[in-house]
Amino acid sequence: MTESAENTNSAIFDIHDMTVAYDRRPVLWNIDLTLRNPGLVAIVGPNGAGKSTMIRAAMGLVPMVSGAVRAWGAPISSQLTRIGYVPQRGSVDWDFPISVFETVLMGTYGSLGWFRRPGGVQRDLTMQCLERVGMQDFAQRQIGQLSGGQQQRVFLARALAQQAELYFMDEPMAGVDAATERVVFKLLQSLSDEGRTIVVVHHDLRTVSEYFDEVVLLNVRIVTSGPVATTFTPANLQATYGGRLSILDTMADAVQKQVETE
Amino acid sequence: MVQTYSENAVLPGRGVPIPFDGLTTQLAEMLELPATDVQNAFWTMAVGALCAVCCSLSGCFLVLRRISLLGDALSHSVLAGTAGVYLVTGRVDPVPMLLGAMAAGMVTAVMTQFVHKAAQLPEDSSIGIVFTSLFAFGVVVVSQAKHVHLDLDCVLFGDLAFAGVNLHPVFGWLVPESFRSLVPTLMITLLLLAVFWKELRLTSFDPTLAVTLGFSATVMHYLLTTVVAIVTVSAMEVVGLLVVALLIVPAAIARLLTDRLSTMLVLSCLIGISCTTIGYLLALRWNSSAAGLTAVVAGAELLIAIVVSPRNGLLGRLIRTARLRVRICAEDVLAGLFRRQERSDAPDGLVQASVSECYALAGGGIMSMAALRWLLSRQLLQQAGSVMSLSETGLRYARSMVRSHRLWEAYLKENFNLPPDHLHDPAEDMEHFIGPGVQQQITEDLSQSAEDPHGRAIPDVKTQEVS
Repeated sequence: MTESAENTNSAIFDIHDMTVAYDRRPVLWNIDLTLRNPGLVAIVGPNGAGKSTMIRAAMGLVPMVSGAVRAWGAPISSQLTRIGYVPQRGSVDWDFPISVFETVLMGTYGSLGWFRRPGGVQRDLTMQCLERVGMQDFAQRQIGQLSGGQQQRVFLARALAQQAELYFMDEPMAGVDAATERVVFKLLQSLSDEGRTIVVVHHDLRTVSEYFDEVVLLNVRIVTSGPVATTFTPANLQATYGGRLSILDTMADAVQKQVETE
Repeated sequence: MVQTYSENAVLPGRGVPIPFDGLTTQLAEMLELPATDVQNAFWTMAVGALCAVCCSLSGCFLVLRRISLLGDALSHSVLAGTAGVYLVTGRVDPVPMLLGAMAAGMVTAVMTQFVHKAAQLPEDSSIGIVFTSLFAFGVVVVSQAKHVHLDLDCVLFGDLAFAGVNLHPVFGWLVPESFRSLVPTLMITLLLLAVFWKELRLTSFDPTLAVTLGFSATVMHYLLTTVVAIVTVSAMEVVGLLVVALLIVPAAIARLLTDRLSTMLVLSCLIGISCTTIGYLLALRWNSSAAGLTAVVAGAELLIAIVVSPRNGLLGRLIRTARLRVRICAEDVLAGLFRRQERSDAPDGLVQASVSECYALAGGGIMSMAALRWLLSRQLLQQAGSVMSLSETGLRYARSMVRSHRLWEAYLKENFNLPPDHLHDPAEDMEHFIGPGVQQQITEDLSQSAEDPHGRAIPDVKTQEVS
C-alpha cells in the first residue's frame, strides 16, 4: 500500500473526486476533501455553491456522477450507523402529529434496525438528549407548537440520540435567534470535545473564526480547506466569493445542451 | 363493478348458525320490526364498519404523506385491472379478478413514480394522468365485451345496501359474503401497522432521516401502496368509487381533532364507522344510496370538525377572539375610571361612575355588557344601585393598565421619533398585552421614566401598594 493510500484510509472522512449533477448539469466539480482530525468543520461558500448538495451527496441522498466517499476507510454506505445527518429545518412537515419526545426517539431507530421497537434504554437516552438541549419540559408537545429555535434544538437532540461519531448538519443556525445560536454552538463544542467530528454548512462568515477548527471554502469546487487560522484568509474568501469560475458555468451549459440536443 | 348474473345465489342453508342471531331477534322484538330486517340492517352496518376501519387506518397514512390522490387513483385503476383479467382469460372469476385489480394497483403506483420522474411532472399531476388513462382503458375494454354487464351504479356506489342480505356460510357460520374479503383485508392492515409501526411513522414524517438511518423509504412506500390497493379492492365491492371518501375524510377529520398519531388512527376508525352507520340508516329512511349518504355524512362531519376542532376550529377561534375583546373592553373601563380619579380633586378616594358611564367607557355594544359583567364577577368593580366604583384590586389592576399605557408612550417617544399625537393610539392597543415582565423591561430601557410624553406621571405599582 502506498503512503498516500494509507493516509486516506486512516482519515475520518474522505471524498475522492466527487462530481454531482442535476439533470446532467454539474453542480459540484471534482470534489476532493479529507478530514483527519476530529473537531468542528465549517463548509462556507456563496448561495448556490453546492454546500448542502455536497453533504447530501456524501450521505447518498443525491446520486453522484463519479467519485467515492469513504468514512474510516470503508465505503460510507457501510458506515451510516456511525454518521448523523441533520437536514435543514424546512425539510419536514412540522404539522405531523408527533410529539417532541417521539421525534427525538427516532434518532435511536438506526441502532435498532427493522422491526425492533424502542425500549427503556432508548427512552432514557431520548430524555437525556432532550435535557442536553434544554427541551425536556417540551417532551410531550406537538412539534408544530415550537418556535423555530426550539425546532432546531429538537433536531439537534435527535442527532444526539443517534450517538454518531461524525455529524453533517445543514445550516443548524438558519433562522434562529442569538440565544439559540449560542446554545447550539456550546452543544457542538461539547460534541467536539468528546472526540466527534461535526461538519456544519454555515452561512455566517463572522462567526467562523470564533467557533470552528477547520473550514472548507466551497464554490461548486473546493477552493481550499484547512485550519481556520491559516485558511480563512481574505485572499481565500475573495477567491470563494468573487464570482463563479465562468468557464465552469460555460461547461455546465455545454454539457446540458449536449444532453438535450442528442 | 364487473358483474354477471349468477344463478347460484346461496339461500341461507338450514342448520348453519348465524352469529348474533339471538341479539338481532331480541332487538327486533324490542323495536317491533321484522326479525329479518333487523338482521339485514345489523349485518349491513357490520360490513360498513369493517370497510370503514380498513379504509380509515390506511387512509391516515395517505393523508399524512400527502398522497391522498393515490387512493383515488387506485380505486379507478382497479377497474382496468379486472377488465384486463377478463381480456386475458375471457371469464369472470372472483379470484383472478381480485389479483388483476391488485396488479393494476401496483402498476398505478409504479407508473405514477415513473411519469413523475421521467416527465418531471409534479406527483399529483402524474397520479392524475396515470389513473384516468387506466380507468379509461378499463371502460373501453368493458364496453367491448358483450357478455359482461358494467353496472355503473355498482362502480359508483357498490352494494352496501344489500351487503347484509347475502349471507354465505364461512367456517360453519352464515356471514355476509363481503366478510370473505374484508376480514382478511383488516388482518393485513393491522399486521402492517403492528409490524411496521416504527418504520411507517419514520418514513412518513422524515423520509430523508429514514434513508440515512438505513431504512428504505421506497420499500415502505410500496408496502403501504400495496395495502391501500388491497383495501381499495375489497372496499370497492361494498362502497364503490366512494371508497375514496372513506379513505381520506375520516383521516382528515381525525387529524383536525388530535395531535397524536395513535389517537388519530383510533379516532379515524370511529369516525369512519359513524359515517357508514349513519349513512346507511339515512339511506333506509330516505330510500336512497347508502354509499352516497356515507360520503355525504363524512363531508358533513368534516364541516363540523372544522367548526369545533380544538386547536384551529372556527368556533374556538371565535370564542378566543370574543374573550380577548371582552377583556380589552373591561380593561378600558378600569383605565378610564383610574384616569378620572387622577383628574378628580380627591385622588385618594375611590371614584364613582354611573353604570351608563362605565358602559360608554367600554365602547358600547354587547361586548361592553359582557365586559361589565366580567369586571363585576372578578370583583374589580363594585356596584351599589346604579353606581359603580373601583374595588381595591380593581384599582391595582387599573393602575397597572395606565402604567403600561404611559410606559409604552414613553418608549415610543424615545425610540420611534414620532410626533406626540401619534403616541396615544398605539399605546391604547398595546397596553392590554404588556405584562409586569415587559413593564419591568421598558422601565429599565427608558432613560427617564417618571413621566409620560404628555407630562403625566407614570403610576408606579409598587410604591402605591405600600402607601
